[in-house]
Amino acid sequence: MALLEINNLTVEFSTSHGPFRAVDGVSFSLDRGEVLAIVGESGSGKSVAMLAVMGLLPWTARVTADRLVFDGKELLGLDDRARRAIIGKDITMIFQEPMSSLNPCFTVGFQLIESLQFHLGMSRKQARNRAIEILRDVGISAAERRMSAFPHQLSGGMNQRVMIAIAIACKPKLLIADEPTTALDVTIQAQILDLLLSLQRETGMALVLITHSMGVVAETAERVSVQYAGQKVEEQDVAGLFSDPHHPYTAALLAALPERSSARRLPSIPGVVPGQFNRPTGCLFTPRCSYATDLCRKLAPPPQPPALGFALCHYPLIAGRPQGHPGNREAAE
Amino acid sequence: MTAETIHHAVIDHRRGGRLALFLEFWSYFRENRGAVAGLVVFAITCLLAIFANVIAPYGPTEQFRDALLQAPVWQEGGSTRFLLGTDAVGRDLLSRLLHGARYSLFIGCIVVSLSLVVGVLVGLFAGFIGGTVDTLIMRLMDIILAFPSLLLALTLVAVLGPSLTNAMIAIALIQQPHYVRLTRGSVLTEKTKDYVTAARVAGVGPLRLMFRTILPNCMAPLIVQGALSFSDAILGAAALGFLGMGAQPPTPEWGTMLAEAREFILRAWWVVTFPGLAILITVLAINLMGDGLRDALDPRLKRS
Amino acid sequence: MTGDTVLIAEDLKRYYEVSRGAFHGHALLKAVDGVSFRLQKGKTLAVVGESGCGKSTLARLVTMIEQPTGGTLTIAGLPAVDASAEVRKALRPKVQIVFQNPYSSLNPRQKIGESLEEPLLVNTDLSKKERRKRAQGMLANVGLRPEHYDRYPHMFSGGQRQRIAIARALMLEPQILVLDEPVSALDVSIQAQVLNLLTEIIDRLNLAYLFISHDLSVVRHIADEVMVMYLGKAVEHGPRDEIFSTPRHPYTRALLSATPIPDPARKKERIVLKGELPSPLDPPSGCPFHPRCPLAFERCPREMPLLLPAGRSLVACHAVEEQEKAMSLASGKAA
Repeated sequence: MALLEINNLTVEFSTSHGPFRAVDGVSFSLDRGEVLAIVGESGSGKSVAMLAVMGLLPWTARVTADRLVFDGKELLGLDDRARRAIIGKDITMIFQEPMSSLNPCFTVGFQLIESLQFHLGMSRKQARNRAIEILRDVGISAAERRMSAFPHQLSGGMNQRVMIAIAIACKPKLLIADEPTTALDVTIQAQILDLLLSLQRETGMALVLITHSMGVVAETAERVSVQYAGQKVEEQDVAGLFSDPHHPYTAALLAALPERSSARRLPSIPGVVPGQFNRPTGCLFTPRCSYATDLCRKLAPPPQPPALGFALCHYPLIAGRPQGHPGNREAAE
Repeated sequence: MTAETIHHAVIDHRRGGRLALFLEFWSYFRENRGAVAGLVVFAITCLLAIFANVIAPYGPTEQFRDALLQAPVWQEGGSTRFLLGTDAVGRDLLSRLLHGARYSLFIGCIVVSLSLVVGVLVGLFAGFIGGTVDTLIMRLMDIILAFPSLLLALTLVAVLGPSLTNAMIAIALIQQPHYVRLTRGSVLTEKTKDYVTAARVAGVGPLRLMFRTILPNCMAPLIVQGALSFSDAILGAAALGFLGMGAQPPTPEWGTMLAEAREFILRAWWVVTFPGLAILITVLAINLMGDGLRDALDPRLKRS
Repeated sequence: MTGDTVLIAEDLKRYYEVSRGAFHGHALLKAVDGVSFRLQKGKTLAVVGESGCGKSTLARLVTMIEQPTGGTLTIAGLPAVDASAEVRKALRPKVQIVFQNPYSSLNPRQKIGESLEEPLLVNTDLSKKERRKRAQGMLANVGLRPEHYDRYPHMFSGGQRQRIAIARALMLEPQILVLDEPVSALDVSIQAQVLNLLTEIIDRLNLAYLFISHDLSVVRHIADEVMVMYLGKAVEHGPRDEIFSTPRHPYTRALLSATPIPDPARKKERIVLKGELPSPLDPPSGCPFHPRCPLAFERCPREMPLLLPAGRSLVACHAVEEQEKAMSLASGKAA
């Protein structure tokens, strides 16, 4: 049985300009101990989807799904008390800005102990000892001294380690990391990613890594899910995604990376991600896709079979060629 | 440039420009029913004040010797001649209240304008220059704030001489520190932002930087403060008037009317109550409006 | 100054006095501590480093927002340090800047048309009509439409705002453009668009770019020359190809190995540095990198390394220096 099963998750925000669909029919499943990367640009809904799983969205959001099951328990419609027993204990999350994700008014030690006391019912002394242990596990030197430090007294990298410490304190089954290294320097980024992966290997927890960096994806993930404008457009194992992307967006994204191009001009993707006001009918990628046809503009594409990476496309790519595309011969020229 | 760079323009169908900003603000504001109610009442008060000499049945200082301390129309002894009754020297209360609205609004406008303009200038200067000048100005503001405000105003008016003008000056002075602090705080925050540095790199001089670049971005909290201190000004003037240090009789200023009516609380409740109610309703309306303004202008509470 | 060199910086220093509380006096923060480089027309010098390395302070020095504590800065042949008001006014239009955060670099209360016209309003005597014409022209140059002229910044996306910022920087026809992490806050697909725009501009207008970034993949794409900074000093400085193919300084190598590569097949030797970035207020003795350096030996905490030639680059590292000496001795012996 999969650890996390999401089927047709949709999140709609009510805004002053009308309803906005931030997540549109996303489905995937995650097994125990797996490392999944969800990659997408801004507006892809990748963070919102995971926040919906955690139940952390504001009141203006409406979350619906066919199935949203974690470890056999249905998460939708769970009452607050039952939800609090799972969130923070079996599913935990770390965020992008470590400095603002920790409470600036309380010491690091206090925040760690709070979590241990609430979820595991430890006594203060027990919790304190365990907290020091965990801080050492995440690579914070002089752990005892750091317990009484405030977040603003520590660097960004340290704060992120503290966040990770709080997240793994209760030995979660699933850790969701939402852009955990984006705000950090490159060398610290490498340290944190290594830490996350080694913790994942040691404890066997599942890891969902949300990122916009294809480099991070290549180095950490086993499986990758690509999101665009709220929809999941492709899902594949990491080697397959980079060598043979099946969705034109994935292919275009990879081509636009400066690392993968040696020309002076990068093959950029024209246009912008559709926001609230300019959502195309049919396939959402049509205005920017070099293979778009009338069918794409009229009809929303169905997901292709797993062999083609569940690509949400009428003409999925195999080795860079769109399958069944009418203008195939011209495109090939 | 190639087509691809022009290709994408976000075809954003929302209207750009000032109208759109105002409409967005209005849609937030009108959700707060209290604020809208406050706005309506305030608007009515303004209209009554503007058209006071047309609506009021009599002049504010016209005395009717035959109708001293007459009760309001619904009480025994009242008549339709004087709907809200008369005061001790036979002046129609309704007319006096209507004309009094003019004074109150006038006081509010003048005091707020005065303290806003001076406070913003001082605050801008302090925040922008920084250093010793900033410290001196802020300590001066602290000194003003250390005094109980009404007492300070009273002392000032006593020194300058009791009159409505001096009362307004005194109240404007005691409201200074709020504007100075707000402005200075905003300036300090905005000063570090990239767009200010960009303007400096583009060669914008200090004056233009202060007034055209930074100041417009500090307006939101100032507008809210202005709305809320409008009511403070009315209350302050009423208090001073009540103590005999503001508008002098026979000016139909609401506070002064209260002062004159003190002795009649038991005998003729209407002479005291109606001016008091007028003050209460106006101040409440403005406060509700100000709260609504603050909520509507606060970007953190925005939904999208 | 040769025709192509537009900026010469020699031993630039910027120190700040930071008070450490009432009883501890002042500490000296050496944000930039002796950096030298030249900028040439049509070429891009990339400055690479992490937080606290001084790259943003360098940007402020080059755009003359702050005066250096030491060293000289010559722009278009004129001295920029302690310059008279006239000289400063003449130099102003020559160096312009584009910031990292597209959301805070435009005045939220100013329509973008006004933002674009402002540099012309302040620095030139052009008529209102002429200013508007130029601003409209620049807007089209960066790929925006004329109807965007009267809109406020919040109606635009991050990529578009960055284009507006670039347009504004170009209004005064500068010779040098300082770009402080211009694409770091943008999505990959928008990043590519903006990078292409920057490439087009440098080719067409023959500007010099000072490109500050922590993202080595972007630097590799756009730079001609690379300078790696650590705690206010340059630790390696050389042509782009040399730096990327043969990085010599241990910090440069760690940076390169830490940069994630979007290719799962490439398993690389990861050099994970231990420890945190030191605070610029309290730098380590001798070579500031020695506490984290895998090659540190006893000379390192004692002596500050100088920038010395190694291959086609300049490297400030004792270990590299010893290596170079050994190699030249060996080749000397072999010869």
